Amino acid sequence: MAASTQADLLLQVEGLTKCFGDHVVLAGVGLNVRRGSVSTVLGPSGAGKSVFLKCLADVVRPDAGEIRFDGRLMALGDPVARAEFRRRCSFLFQNNALFDSLTALENVALPLEQTTDLPNRAIRERSLEALRQLEMENYGEHYPGQLSGGMQKRLALARAIVTRPELVFFDEPTAGLDPLRRNAVFAMIAKYQRQFGFTALIVTHDVVEALVASDRVALLEHGRICFEGTPAEFSASTLPVVCGFRDSAEALGNTLAAIRRGEDIQPGDS
Amino acid sequence: MVKWLGRQTLRVVSGFGDFALFTGAAFRSAVQSKRLVRRIVRAFYEQGALCLPVILIVGTFTGLVLGLQGYYVLNRFGSDGLLGALVSLSLVREMAPVLAALMLVGQAGSALAAELGIQRNSEQIVALETMGVSSHGYLVGPRLIAAIVVFPLQTALFVAVGLWGGSLSGSLLLGVDSGVYWSAVERAVESPDVRECFIKAAVFGFLTMSICAYHGFNAHRCRSATGARAVSASTTRAVVHSSIVVLAADYVITSFLV
Repeated sequence: MAASTQADLLLQVEGLTKCFGDHVVLAGVGLNVRRGSVSTVLGPSGAGKSVFLKCLADVVRPDAGEIRFDGRLMALGDPVARAEFRRRCSFLFQNNALFDSLTALENVALPLEQTTDLPNRAIRERSLEALRQLEMENYGEHYPGQLSGGMQKRLALARAIVTRPELVFFDEPTAGLDPLRRNAVFAMIAKYQRQFGFTALIVTHDVVEALVASDRVALLEHGRICFEGTPAEFSASTLPVVCGFRDSAEALGNTLAAIRRGEDIQPGDS
Repeated sequence: MVKWLGRQTLRVVSGFGDFALFTGAAFRSAVQSKRLVRRIVRAFYEQGALCLPVILIVGTFTGLVLGLQGYYVLNRFGSDGLLGALVSLSLVREMAPVLAALMLVGQAGSALAAELGIQRNSEQIVALETMGVSSHGYLVGPRLIAAIVVFPLQTALFVAVGLWGGSLSGSLLLGVDSGVYWSAVERAVESPDVRECFIKAAVFGFLTMSICAYHGFNAHRCRSATGARAVSASTTRAVVHSSIVVLAADYVITSFLV
Protein backbone atom coordinates (compact mmCIF):
# COMPACT_ATOMS: atom_id res chain seq x y z
CA MET A 1 0.00 0.00 0.00
CA ALA A 2 2.78 2.35 1.00
CA ALA A 3 4.67 1.55 -2.23
CA SER A 4 1.64 2.28 -4.41
CA THR A 5 1.13 5.58 -2.62
CA GLN A 6 4.75 6.49 -3.24
CA ALA A 7 4.40 5.66 -6.94
CA ASP A 8 1.26 7.74 -7.05
CA LEU A 9 3.18 10.88 -6.13
CA LEU A 10 4.48 12.88 -9.08
CA LEU A 11 6.07 15.66 -7.05
CA GLN A 12 7.43 15.50 -3.51
CA VAL A 13 8.77 18.59 -1.81
CA GLU A 14 10.54 18.52 1.53
CA GLY A 15 12.04 21.29 3.65
CA LEU A 16 12.10 23.88 0.85
CA THR A 17 13.75 27.05 2.13
CA LYS A 18 14.33 30.34 0.37
CA CYS A 19 15.55 33.64 1.80
CA PHE A 20 16.09 37.00 0.11
CA GLY A 21 18.71 38.66 2.31
CA ASP A 22 17.35 38.51 5.86
CA HIS A 23 13.79 37.96 4.68
CA VAL A 24 12.74 34.33 4.97
CA VAL A 25 10.14 33.64 2.27
CA LEU A 26 9.95 29.86 2.52
CA ALA A 27 10.83 28.22 5.83
CA GLY A 28 10.93 24.50 5.13
CA VAL A 29 7.90 23.95 2.91
CA GLY A 30 6.78 20.37 2.32
CA LEU A 31 4.14 19.25 -0.16
CA ASN A 32 3.13 16.11 -2.07
CA VAL A 33 1.36 16.29 -5.42
CA ARG A 34 -0.47 13.23 -6.69
CA ARG A 35 -0.28 12.16 -10.32
CA GLY A 36 -3.29 13.35 -12.35
CA SER A 37 -4.65 15.59 -9.62
CA VAL A 38 -5.41 19.29 -9.41
CA SER A 39 -3.65 20.63 -6.33
CA THR A 40 -3.92 24.20 -5.15
CA VAL A 41 -1.68 26.14 -2.83
CA LEU A 42 -3.67 28.93 -1.23
CA GLY A 43 -2.26 31.82 0.69
CA PRO A 44 -2.54 35.56 1.16
CA SER A 45 -0.59 37.95 -1.04
CA GLY A 46 3.07 38.02 -0.04
CA ALA A 47 2.95 34.55 1.53
CA GLY A 48 5.59 33.30 -0.90
CA LYS A 49 3.32 31.27 -3.19
CA SER A 50 4.91 32.46 -6.44
CA VAL A 51 8.44 31.99 -5.05
CA PHE A 52 7.45 28.47 -4.00
CA LEU A 53 6.17 27.70 -7.48
CA LYS A 54 9.26 29.19 -9.13
CA CYS A 55 11.48 27.10 -6.87
CA LEU A 56 9.57 24.01 -7.97
CA ALA A 57 9.77 25.02 -11.63
CA ASP A 58 13.55 25.48 -11.32
CA VAL A 59 13.37 29.20 -12.07
CA VAL A 60 14.46 30.30 -8.60
CA ARG A 61 17.15 28.31 -6.83
CA PRO A 62 16.10 27.31 -3.31
CA ASP A 63 18.58 27.68 -0.44
CA ALA A 64 17.76 24.26 0.97
CA GLY A 65 15.30 21.43 0.59
CA GLU A 66 14.59 18.47 -1.64
CA ILE A 67 12.35 18.23 -4.68
CA ARG A 68 11.62 14.79 -6.12
CA PHE A 69 9.93 14.55 -9.48
CA ASP A 70 8.62 11.10 -10.34
CA GLY A 71 10.76 9.73 -7.52
CA ARG A 72 13.97 11.32 -8.78
CA LEU A 73 15.79 13.94 -6.75
CA MET A 74 16.24 17.06 -8.87
CA ALA A 75 16.93 20.14 -6.81
CA LEU A 76 20.31 21.75 -6.12
CA GLY A 77 22.39 20.07 -8.82
CA ASP A 78 22.09 17.21 -11.28
CA PRO A 79 21.61 19.10 -14.58
CA VAL A 80 20.41 15.92 -16.33
CA ALA A 81 17.54 15.47 -13.90
CA ARG A 82 16.70 19.18 -14.16
CA ALA A 83 16.66 19.07 -17.96
CA GLU A 84 14.41 16.00 -17.84
CA PHE A 85 12.16 17.80 -15.36
CA ARG A 86 11.84 20.86 -17.60
CA ARG A 87 10.99 18.67 -20.57
CA ARG A 88 8.12 17.09 -18.67
CA CYS A 89 6.73 20.25 -17.05
CA SER A 90 5.18 23.53 -18.15
CA PHE A 91 4.59 26.81 -16.44
CA LEU A 92 1.70 29.21 -16.90
CA PHE A 93 2.73 32.67 -15.73
CA GLN A 94 0.56 35.15 -13.91
CA ASN A 95 0.97 37.66 -16.75
CA ASN A 96 1.08 34.87 -19.39
CA ALA A 97 4.65 35.83 -20.51
CA LEU A 98 3.70 35.51 -24.19
CA PHE A 99 6.20 36.64 -26.81
CA ASP A 100 4.62 39.84 -28.06
CA SER A 101 6.68 39.93 -31.26
CA LEU A 102 5.51 36.45 -32.30
CA THR A 103 2.06 35.49 -33.57
CA ALA A 104 -0.18 33.17 -31.55
CA LEU A 105 0.84 30.21 -33.73
CA GLU A 106 4.54 31.05 -33.43
CA ASN A 107 4.17 31.35 -29.65
CA VAL A 108 2.68 27.88 -29.44
CA ALA A 109 5.22 26.41 -31.87
CA LEU A 110 8.23 27.89 -30.05
CA PRO A 111 8.76 25.16 -27.39
CA LEU A 112 8.40 22.44 -30.04
CA GLU A 113 10.83 24.19 -32.41
CA GLN A 114 13.45 24.63 -29.73
CA THR A 115 13.19 21.42 -27.75
CA THR A 116 12.25 18.74 -30.29
CA ASP A 117 13.58 17.44 -33.59
CA LEU A 118 10.12 17.34 -35.18
CA PRO A 119 9.94 18.47 -38.82
CA ASN A 120 8.38 21.88 -39.49
CA ARG A 121 5.14 20.41 -40.82
CA ALA A 122 4.61 18.27 -37.71
CA ILE A 123 5.33 21.27 -35.48
CA ARG A 124 2.78 23.34 -37.36
CA GLU A 125 0.16 20.61 -37.15
CA ARG A 126 0.67 20.07 -33.44
CA SER A 127 0.58 23.80 -32.76
CA LEU A 128 -2.61 24.21 -34.78
CA GLU A 129 -4.10 21.24 -32.94
CA ALA A 130 -3.29 22.86 -29.57
CA LEU A 131 -4.87 26.11 -30.74
CA ARG A 132 -7.93 24.20 -31.97
CA GLN A 133 -8.29 22.39 -28.65
CA LEU A 134 -8.27 25.75 -26.88
CA GLU A 135 -10.77 27.16 -29.45
CA MET A 136 -8.16 29.58 -30.77
CA GLU A 137 -7.71 28.21 -34.29
CA ASN A 138 -8.97 31.42 -35.92
CA TYR A 139 -6.44 33.56 -34.08
CA GLY A 140 -3.21 31.85 -35.13
CA GLU A 141 -1.97 34.87 -37.09
CA HIS A 142 -2.91 37.38 -34.36
CA TYR A 143 -0.30 38.88 -32.07
CA PRO A 144 -0.86 38.56 -28.31
CA GLY A 145 -1.49 42.31 -28.06
CA GLN A 146 -4.47 41.90 -30.41
CA LEU A 147 -6.16 39.32 -28.16
CA SER A 148 -8.39 39.80 -25.12
CA GLY A 149 -7.17 38.86 -21.63
CA GLY A 150 -9.09 35.57 -21.65
CA MET A 151 -7.75 34.65 -25.08
CA GLN A 152 -4.21 35.42 -23.98
CA LYS A 153 -4.72 33.08 -21.03
CA ARG A 154 -5.94 30.34 -23.37
CA LEU A 155 -3.03 30.99 -25.72
CA ALA A 156 -0.60 30.69 -22.80
CA LEU A 157 -2.26 27.41 -21.85
CA ALA A 158 -2.01 26.18 -25.45
CA ARG A 159 1.73 26.94 -25.36
CA ALA A 160 2.01 25.17 -22.01
CA ILE A 161 0.29 21.98 -23.15
CA VAL A 162 1.68 21.71 -26.69
CA THR A 163 4.69 19.75 -25.43
CA ARG A 164 2.29 17.32 -23.70
CA PRO A 165 3.67 17.91 -20.22
CA GLU A 166 2.90 15.71 -17.23
CA LEU A 167 2.86 18.58 -14.77
CA VAL A 168 1.66 22.15 -15.34
CA PHE A 169 2.33 24.91 -12.81
CA PHE A 170 -0.22 27.73 -12.72
CA ASP A 171 1.00 30.93 -11.07
CA GLU A 172 -2.00 33.02 -9.92
CA PRO A 173 -3.96 32.23 -13.10
CA THR A 174 -6.86 34.47 -12.07
CA ALA A 175 -4.96 37.47 -10.70
CA GLY A 176 -6.68 40.73 -11.60
CA LEU A 177 -9.70 39.07 -13.24
CA ASP A 178 -13.34 39.72 -12.44
CA PRO A 179 -15.39 36.90 -10.79
CA LEU A 180 -16.88 35.71 -14.09
CA ARG A 181 -13.48 35.44 -15.74
CA ARG A 182 -12.06 33.79 -12.60
CA ASN A 183 -14.70 31.09 -12.86
CA ALA A 184 -13.99 30.72 -16.57
CA VAL A 185 -10.26 30.27 -15.98
CA PHE A 186 -10.75 27.62 -13.28
CA ALA A 187 -13.31 25.86 -15.49
CA MET A 188 -10.79 25.97 -18.33
CA ILE A 189 -8.06 24.46 -16.16
CA ALA A 190 -10.39 21.70 -14.93
CA LYS A 191 -11.65 20.95 -18.44
CA TYR A 192 -8.26 20.71 -20.08
CA GLN A 193 -6.72 18.90 -17.12
CA ARG A 194 -9.29 16.15 -17.67
CA GLN A 195 -8.89 16.31 -21.46
CA PHE A 196 -5.09 16.10 -21.49
CA GLY A 197 -4.58 14.27 -18.20
CA PHE A 198 -1.78 16.44 -16.85
CA THR A 199 -1.20 17.08 -13.17
CA ALA A 200 -1.94 20.67 -12.20
CA LEU A 201 -0.39 22.62 -9.36
CA ILE A 202 -2.03 26.02 -8.91
CA VAL A 203 -1.13 28.84 -6.57
CA THR A 204 -3.89 31.37 -5.96
CA HIS A 205 -5.67 33.33 -3.28
CA ASP A 206 -9.15 32.70 -4.72
CA VAL A 207 -10.55 30.35 -2.06
CA VAL A 208 -14.01 29.64 -3.41
CA GLU A 209 -12.94 28.77 -6.96
CA ALA A 210 -9.95 26.76 -5.73
CA LEU A 211 -12.10 24.65 -3.44
CA VAL A 212 -14.48 23.81 -6.27
CA ALA A 213 -11.83 23.05 -8.88
CA SER A 214 -9.17 21.22 -6.82
CA ASP A 215 -8.65 17.69 -5.57
CA ARG A 216 -6.18 18.77 -2.88
CA VAL A 217 -5.68 22.10 -1.13
CA ALA A 218 -2.74 23.42 0.88
CA LEU A 219 -2.48 26.69 2.76
CA LEU A 220 0.84 28.53 2.74
CA GLU A 221 1.32 31.17 5.38
CA HIS A 222 4.45 32.68 6.95
CA GLY A 223 6.62 30.51 4.71
CA ARG A 224 5.12 27.20 5.87
CA ILE A 225 2.35 24.88 4.79
CA CYS A 226 -0.20 25.28 7.60
CA PHE A 227 -2.80 22.93 6.17
CA GLU A 228 -2.95 20.19 3.56
CA GLY A 229 -6.02 18.14 2.71
CA THR A 230 -9.09 17.83 0.52
CA PRO A 231 -11.38 20.81 -0.14
CA ALA A 232 -13.97 19.23 2.21
CA GLU A 233 -11.37 18.97 4.98
CA PHE A 234 -10.38 22.58 4.34
CA SER A 235 -14.00 23.70 4.60
CA ALA A 236 -14.47 21.78 7.84
CA SER A 237 -11.13 22.72 9.41
CA THR A 238 -11.21 24.56 12.73
CA LEU A 239 -7.56 25.60 12.56
CA PRO A 240 -7.50 29.37 13.29
CA VAL A 241 -5.21 30.10 10.32
CA VAL A 242 -7.53 28.21 7.95
CA CYS A 243 -10.66 29.84 9.44
CA GLY A 244 -9.07 33.28 9.17
CA PHE A 245 -8.29 32.78 5.49
CA ARG A 246 -11.43 30.83 4.54
CA ASP A 247 -13.88 33.08 6.35
CA SER A 248 -12.30 36.37 5.32
CA ALA A 249 -15.44 37.44 3.41
CA GLU A 250 -17.61 36.75 6.44
CA ALA A 251 -15.14 38.64 8.65
CA LEU A 252 -15.31 41.60 6.24
CA GLY A 253 -19.13 41.53 6.56
CA ASN A 254 -18.85 41.60 10.35
CA THR A 255 -16.38 44.50 10.22
CA LEU A 256 -18.60 46.51 7.87
CA ALA A 257 -21.65 45.81 10.06
CA ALA A 258 -19.73 47.02 13.11
CA ILE A 259 -18.64 50.19 11.27
CA ARG A 260 -22.26 50.84 10.24
CA ARG A 261 -23.29 50.45 13.89
CA GLY A 262 -20.81 53.20 14.70
CA GLU A 263 -18.29 51.02 16.53
CA ASP A 264 -14.66 52.10 16.46
CA ILE A 265 -13.14 49.34 14.34
CA GLN A 266 -9.71 49.53 12.75
CA PRO A 267 -9.39 47.90 9.33
CA GLY A 268 -7.60 44.57 9.90
CA ASP A 269 -9.13 43.99 13.34
CA SER A 270 -11.33 41.26 11.94
CA MET B 1 38.55 54.47 1.77
CA VAL B 2 40.68 51.35 1.22
CA LYS B 3 37.65 49.19 1.93
CA TRP B 4 35.57 51.16 -0.58
CA LEU B 5 38.32 50.89 -3.18
CA GLY B 6 38.61 47.15 -2.59
CA ARG B 7 34.87 46.68 -2.87
CA GLN B 8 34.72 48.65 -6.12
CA THR B 9 37.65 46.69 -7.56
CA LEU B 10 35.96 43.41 -6.69
CA ARG B 11 32.74 44.66 -8.25
CA VAL B 12 34.46 45.62 -11.49
CA VAL B 13 36.42 42.35 -11.68
CA SER B 14 33.33 40.25 -10.96
CA GLY B 15 31.44 42.33 -13.53
CA PHE B 16 34.03 41.47 -16.19
CA GLY B 17 33.88 37.83 -15.16
CA ASP B 18 30.10 37.82 -15.35
CA PHE B 19 30.24 39.44 -18.79
CA ALA B 20 32.74 36.84 -20.02
CA LEU B 21 30.56 33.99 -18.73
CA PHE B 22 27.49 35.57 -20.33
CA THR B 23 29.20 35.86 -23.73
CA GLY B 24 30.61 32.34 -23.49
CA ALA B 25 27.20 30.93 -22.57
CA ALA B 26 25.62 32.79 -25.50
CA PHE B 27 28.00 31.27 -28.05
CA ARG B 28 27.99 27.80 -26.51
CA SER B 29 24.19 27.64 -26.23
CA ALA B 30 23.69 29.11 -29.70
CA VAL B 31 25.83 26.42 -31.29
CA GLN B 32 23.85 23.73 -29.43
CA SER B 33 20.44 25.28 -30.12
CA LYS B 34 18.00 24.23 -32.82
CA ARG B 35 17.04 26.24 -35.90
CA LEU B 36 19.98 28.59 -35.40
CA VAL B 37 20.26 29.67 -39.04
CA ARG B 38 16.76 31.13 -39.07
CA ARG B 39 17.52 33.31 -36.05
CA ILE B 40 20.87 34.39 -37.48
CA VAL B 41 19.08 35.47 -40.67
CA ARG B 42 16.63 37.43 -38.53
CA ALA B 43 19.58 39.12 -36.75
CA PHE B 44 21.13 39.89 -40.16
CA TYR B 45 17.93 41.68 -41.04
CA GLU B 46 17.87 43.65 -37.75
CA GLN B 47 21.52 44.72 -37.89
CA GLY B 48 21.79 44.85 -41.68
CA ALA B 49 18.68 45.86 -43.60
CA LEU B 50 17.15 47.98 -40.84
CA CYS B 51 20.41 49.90 -40.31
CA LEU B 52 21.13 50.53 -44.01
CA PRO B 53 19.62 54.05 -44.15
CA VAL B 54 21.68 55.36 -41.23
CA ILE B 55 24.89 53.83 -42.66
CA LEU B 56 24.20 55.33 -46.09
CA ILE B 57 23.37 58.78 -44.74
CA VAL B 58 26.24 59.03 -42.24
CA GLY B 59 28.70 57.48 -44.72
CA THR B 60 27.79 59.98 -47.43
CA PHE B 61 28.06 63.01 -45.17
CA THR B 62 31.33 61.80 -43.66
CA GLY B 63 32.76 61.49 -47.18
CA LEU B 64 31.41 64.91 -48.16
CA VAL B 65 32.99 66.58 -45.11
CA LEU B 66 36.30 64.73 -45.54
CA GLY B 67 36.40 65.81 -49.19
CA LEU B 68 35.71 69.40 -48.26
CA GLN B 69 38.15 69.67 -45.35
CA GLY B 70 40.79 67.62 -47.14
CA TYR B 71 40.61 69.74 -50.27
CA TYR B 72 41.21 73.05 -48.41
CA VAL B 73 44.10 71.62 -46.36
CA LEU B 74 45.80 69.93 -49.34
CA ASN B 75 45.16 72.90 -51.62
CA ARG B 76 47.31 75.09 -49.34
CA PHE B 77 50.29 72.88 -50.21
CA GLY B 78 49.29 72.41 -53.81
CA SER B 79 48.60 68.72 -53.21
CA ASP B 80 44.88 68.52 -53.95
CA GLY B 81 45.64 65.57 -56.21
CA LEU B 82 46.11 63.54 -53.05
CA LEU B 83 42.52 64.14 -51.94
CA GLY B 84 41.50 60.59 -52.88
CA ALA B 85 44.33 59.16 -50.74
CA LEU B 86 43.37 61.28 -47.74
CA VAL B 87 39.67 60.44 -47.93
CA SER B 88 40.20 56.74 -48.54
CA LEU B 89 42.85 56.17 -45.86
CA SER B 90 40.89 58.19 -43.30
CA LEU B 91 37.80 56.17 -44.03
CA VAL B 92 39.33 52.72 -44.31
CA ARG B 93 41.69 52.91 -41.37
CA GLU B 94 39.64 54.85 -38.81
CA MET B 95 36.45 56.62 -39.61
CA ALA B 96 34.38 53.92 -41.26
CA PRO B 97 34.85 51.17 -38.64
CA VAL B 98 34.39 53.59 -35.73
CA LEU B 99 31.47 55.62 -37.10
CA ALA B 100 29.66 52.60 -38.53
CA ALA B 101 30.00 50.83 -35.18
CA LEU B 102 28.69 53.87 -33.31
CA MET B 103 25.74 54.16 -35.70
CA LEU B 104 24.96 50.45 -35.35
CA VAL B 105 25.15 50.74 -31.56
CA GLY B 106 22.71 53.65 -31.74
CA GLN B 107 20.23 51.74 -33.83
CA ALA B 108 20.62 47.95 -33.48
CA GLY B 109 22.41 47.91 -30.11
CA SER B 110 19.96 50.14 -28.28
CA ALA B 111 17.03 48.23 -29.81
CA LEU B 112 18.56 44.95 -28.64
CA ALA B 113 19.13 46.21 -25.09
CA ALA B 114 15.60 47.61 -24.84
CA GLU B 115 14.01 44.47 -26.33
CA LEU B 116 15.84 42.15 -23.95
CA GLY B 117 15.09 44.46 -21.01
CA ILE B 118 11.37 44.38 -21.78
CA GLN B 119 11.48 40.61 -22.27
CA ARG B 120 13.16 40.31 -18.88
CA ASN B 121 10.54 42.56 -17.25
CA SER B 122 7.59 40.69 -18.73
CA GLU B 123 9.06 37.28 -17.72
CA GLN B 124 9.51 36.17 -21.35
CA ILE B 125 13.12 35.21 -20.61
CA VAL B 126 12.07 33.17 -17.57
CA ALA B 127 9.33 31.60 -19.70
CA LEU B 128 11.97 30.39 -22.16
CA GLU B 129 13.95 28.81 -19.35
CA THR B 130 10.87 27.01 -18.02
CA MET B 131 10.33 25.57 -21.51
CA GLY B 132 13.84 24.14 -21.39
CA VAL B 133 15.04 26.65 -24.01
CA SER B 134 18.35 28.38 -23.34
CA SER B 135 17.59 32.10 -23.32
CA HIS B 136 21.27 32.84 -24.03
CA GLY B 137 21.25 30.57 -27.06
CA TYR B 138 17.89 31.70 -28.37
CA LEU B 139 18.01 35.46 -27.78
CA VAL B 140 21.68 36.46 -27.58
CA GLY B 141 23.93 33.99 -29.43
CA PRO B 142 22.48 34.48 -32.94
CA ARG B 143 22.80 38.27 -32.60
CA LEU B 144 26.47 38.00 -31.64
CA ILE B 145 27.24 35.64 -34.52
CA ALA B 146 25.44 37.95 -36.95
CA ALA B 147 27.26 41.03 -35.60
CA ILE B 148 30.67 39.54 -36.41
CA VAL B 149 29.60 39.29 -40.07
CA VAL B 150 27.28 42.27 -40.44
CA PHE B 151 29.54 44.94 -38.91
CA PRO B 152 32.35 44.40 -41.50
CA LEU B 153 29.77 44.41 -44.32
CA GLN B 154 28.19 47.62 -43.08
CA THR B 155 31.66 49.14 -42.68
CA ALA B 156 32.52 48.22 -46.27
CA LEU B 157 29.33 49.92 -47.39
CA PHE B 158 30.20 52.94 -45.26
CA VAL B 159 33.61 53.15 -46.99
CA ALA B 160 32.02 52.86 -50.43
CA VAL B 161 29.47 55.64 -49.92
CA GLY B 162 32.08 57.72 -48.05
CA LEU B 163 34.44 57.54 -51.04
CA TRP B 164 31.58 58.50 -53.29
CA GLY B 165 30.76 61.43 -50.96
CA GLY B 166 34.40 62.53 -51.02
CA SER B 167 34.40 62.39 -54.81
CA LEU B 168 31.15 64.39 -54.88
CA SER B 169 32.53 67.27 -52.84
CA GLY B 170 36.10 67.07 -54.20
CA SER B 171 35.46 66.50 -57.90
CA LEU B 172 31.98 67.77 -58.57
CA LEU B 173 31.92 70.82 -56.27
CA LEU B 174 35.59 71.81 -55.88
CA GLY B 175 37.01 70.85 -59.24
CA VAL B 176 39.48 68.03 -58.47
CA ASP B 177 39.75 65.81 -61.51
CA SER B 178 37.63 62.71 -61.02
CA GLY B 179 40.25 60.41 -62.57
CA VAL B 180 42.95 61.86 -60.30
CA TYR B 181 40.70 61.34 -57.26
CA TRP B 182 39.90 57.69 -57.99
CA SER B 183 43.44 56.76 -59.04
CA ALA B 184 44.73 58.27 -55.75
CA VAL B 185 42.20 56.08 -53.92
CA GLU B 186 43.41 53.01 -55.78
CA ARG B 187 47.08 53.76 -55.12
CA ALA B 188 46.63 54.64 -51.44
CA VAL B 189 44.59 51.73 -50.09
CA GLU B 190 46.54 48.51 -49.61
CA SER B 191 45.45 45.13 -48.37
CA PRO B 192 46.78 45.64 -44.78
CA ASP B 193 44.53 48.71 -44.54
CA VAL B 194 41.51 46.71 -45.63
CA ARG B 195 42.43 43.89 -43.25
CA GLU B 196 42.73 46.38 -40.36
CA CYS B 197 39.35 47.85 -41.28
CA PHE B 198 37.60 44.46 -41.25
CA ILE B 199 39.31 43.27 -38.07
CA LYS B 200 38.25 46.42 -36.28
CA ALA B 201 34.68 46.15 -37.54
CA ALA B 202 34.35 42.50 -36.49
CA VAL B 203 35.78 43.19 -33.03
CA PHE B 204 33.56 46.23 -32.57
CA GLY B 205 30.54 44.20 -33.66
CA PHE B 206 31.24 41.43 -31.19
CA LEU B 207 32.02 43.78 -28.29
CA THR B 208 29.17 46.24 -28.77
CA MET B 209 26.42 43.69 -29.34
CA SER B 210 27.68 41.64 -26.37
CA ILE B 211 27.61 44.71 -24.13
CA CYS B 212 24.14 45.74 -25.33
CA ALA B 213 22.78 42.22 -24.89
CA TYR B 214 24.39 41.91 -21.45
CA HIS B 215 22.83 45.13 -20.16
CA GLY B 216 19.40 44.37 -21.58
CA PHE B 217 19.44 40.76 -20.41
CA ASN B 218 20.35 41.84 -16.88
CA ALA B 219 17.99 44.84 -16.69
CA HIS B 220 16.41 43.31 -13.57
CA ARG B 221 19.74 43.64 -11.74
CA CYS B 222 19.72 47.42 -12.14
CA ARG B 223 20.29 48.89 -8.66
CA SER B 224 19.07 52.40 -9.29
CA ALA B 225 15.68 51.65 -10.86
CA THR B 226 13.02 49.03 -11.45
CA GLY B 227 10.47 48.29 -14.18
CA ALA B 228 10.39 50.60 -17.19
CA ARG B 229 13.07 52.84 -15.68
CA ALA B 230 15.38 49.87 -15.33
CA VAL B 231 14.93 49.16 -19.05
CA SER B 232 15.66 52.78 -19.89
CA ALA B 233 18.70 52.84 -17.56
CA SER B 234 20.08 49.59 -18.96
CA THR B 235 19.60 50.81 -22.55
CA THR B 236 21.41 54.05 -21.77
CA ARG B 237 24.25 52.17 -20.06
CA ALA B 238 24.46 49.78 -23.01
CA VAL B 239 24.88 52.62 -25.53
CA VAL B 240 27.33 54.61 -23.39
CA HIS B 241 29.50 51.60 -22.51
CA SER B 242 29.50 50.34 -26.09
CA SER B 243 30.53 53.73 -27.46
CA ILE B 244 33.39 54.02 -24.98
CA VAL B 245 34.51 50.47 -25.71
CA VAL B 246 34.54 51.18 -29.48
CA LEU B 247 36.92 54.10 -29.02
CA ALA B 248 39.12 52.28 -26.49
CA ALA B 249 39.26 49.10 -28.60
CA ASP B 250 40.07 51.24 -31.66
CA TYR B 251 43.16 52.58 -29.94
CA VAL B 252 44.27 49.12 -28.78
CA ILE B 253 43.78 47.47 -32.19
CA THR B 254 45.42 50.35 -34.03
CA SER B 255 48.45 50.23 -31.75
CA PHE B 256 48.86 46.52 -32.52
CA LEU B 257 48.22 46.67 -36.25
CA VAL B 258 49.96 49.87 -37.32
